[in-house]
Amino acid sequence: MTDYSIIINFVYVLSATLFIFGLKLLSHPSTARKGNLLSALAMFVAVIVTLLDQQIISFELILVCFVIGSILGVIAARKVAMTSMPELVSLFNGIGGLASLAVAYATLVGGENLSVFIILVSFVALLIGAITFSGSIVAWAKLSERMIGRPIAFKGQIFANIALLLGILLSAVLICAQPEIATWHYLAIGLALLMGVMLVLPIGGADMPVVISLLNSYSGLAACAAGFALENNLLIVAGALVGASGIILTNIMCKAMNRSLMNVMTSGFQAVQSSDMKIEGEIKPLSADDAYYVLEAAQSVLVIPGYGMAVAQAQHTMKELQELLESNGAEVSYAIHPVAGRMPGHMNVLLAEADVSYEQLFEMDEVNPRIEGYDVAIVIGANDVVNPAARELKGSPIYGMPVINADLAKNVFVLKRGMATGFAGVDNPLFFKPNCRMIFGDAKETLGNLVRQFAD
Amino acid sequence: MTAIYLLFILMLAIFVGFELIRKVPATLHTPLMSGANAISGITVLGAISIAGKGYEEWATWLGAAAVLLATINVVGGYMVTDRMLAMFKKR
Repeated sequence: MTDYSIIINFVYVLSATLFIFGLKLLSHPSTARKGNLLSALAMFVAVIVTLLDQQIISFELILVCFVIGSILGVIAARKVAMTSMPELVSLFNGIGGLASLAVAYATLVGGENLSVFIILVSFVALLIGAITFSGSIVAWAKLSERMIGRPIAFKGQIFANIALLLGILLSAVLICAQPEIATWHYLAIGLALLMGVMLVLPIGGADMPVVISLLNSYSGLAACAAGFALENNLLIVAGALVGASGIILTNIMCKAMNRSLMNVMTSGFQAVQSSDMKIEGEIKPLSADDAYYVLEAAQSVLVIPGYGMAVAQAQHTMKELQELLESNGAEVSYAIHPVAGRMPGHMNVLLAEADVSYEQLFEMDEVNPRIEGYDVAIVIGANDVVNPAARELKGSPIYGMPVINADLAKNVFVLKRGMATGFAGVDNPLFFKPNCRMIFGDAKETLGNLVRQFAD
Repeated sequence: MTAIYLLFILMLAIFVGFELIRKVPATLHTPLMSGANAISGITVLGAISIAGKGYEEWATWLGAAAVLLATINVVGGYMVTDRMLAMFKKR
């Protein structure tokens, strides 16, 4: 131990503390930005002090990589539209996984006389890194519609997965027995990459929030495993924090859909259930002009956004309408379901972008008890998250899922392109309720119409 | 013994992580994820020591690639998180 390694490890402790404080400040929107800066500071300090390591003999390559990486990172962060955050986050998950994969692989290739423990944890880092990478790439392709979004399943997929698992176990044994043989490394990487693809393929668009959260967790666990391989405390602590965060989010998403993680991961294999239940009532369309008269008289308005709002980019027009409603004396709130959108908190970011105050955004559990008090509930591009079948239709595939009870408001306007069912493929009895009116068309145009009516 | 000591750290970090993240409100879940993404770029520390140590060529290149990738994660992740959090305003 030289003096430097003591300094380095001391600074690592400091940096772990800063990471923890940074996450602590994320507990409120008003302090969150400071928290993120603290976390960035922690990372910066850790990187600088790592460069003090006396075993490092060449800095040129490292610096070149820093510069290129930073430029790419800055471009990605600046260019991305808020609607495409899910794509960017999955891409970043994948990049993180690939980095851990490379570190683990380099440890296996470069180290001499590695102990079985180091080989084993390197293997685990390699495995998780590879699964995270290929899984995230598939998730990214599905989210950005470069690939079909619905679940992809084929006959014998379960057996293929079991064979894959056995193959991975076998490759672990081979690497431990003969760590210097490159073929085993390739075998392990190839199988793990395949595993990642197989994991995400059977998952459909609406279940993406779960997958992104899970892959987020994996990217942390991969860093954590790399920390074990390199015996680096900070990697373990930071990786564990990320891993915990992803697991908590995964859990929240699953609960919000009333499904287990196992069910989400395997539901692509199951045949779509159809219920013979007939829904009574008829669908009543409404023009934007008529909707205006109702809204003008409304004292309280609840907006329930879904992925359709993101697709139509309707959040800015909604904010305009909100201001007009408010100057007309109405109180406007937003109700956000945990799985609305394609990733946790997606709707909140879009509304924040449109300058909607975070104090007007409410969670499902806050809104439901007082939903009868709202004069109008406007559902923008959401379907399954407001489906009353979850509450009243036993036998419906989404029965038991917690939903926003939009149908209990005095009037419900549903802004929708057409009569397609939601991602769950279930009919929505909400549309047939006597207090519900459908306003067909592009959400942004419809809202624009309403804004014009108010302005006149 | 090192393994046990590392496991100890892991166990404590997981508990701290659970306690901290549980308190993050739903409205901040997207920034939480992108911020966590940036933190997972911590692999850059391991990558630096591998790329600079003068291992054999293949390992050095792998290390350098990892430095590059992790840097994208760190820089991109923190910047986009900051961009989002700057938008969360009170009225």
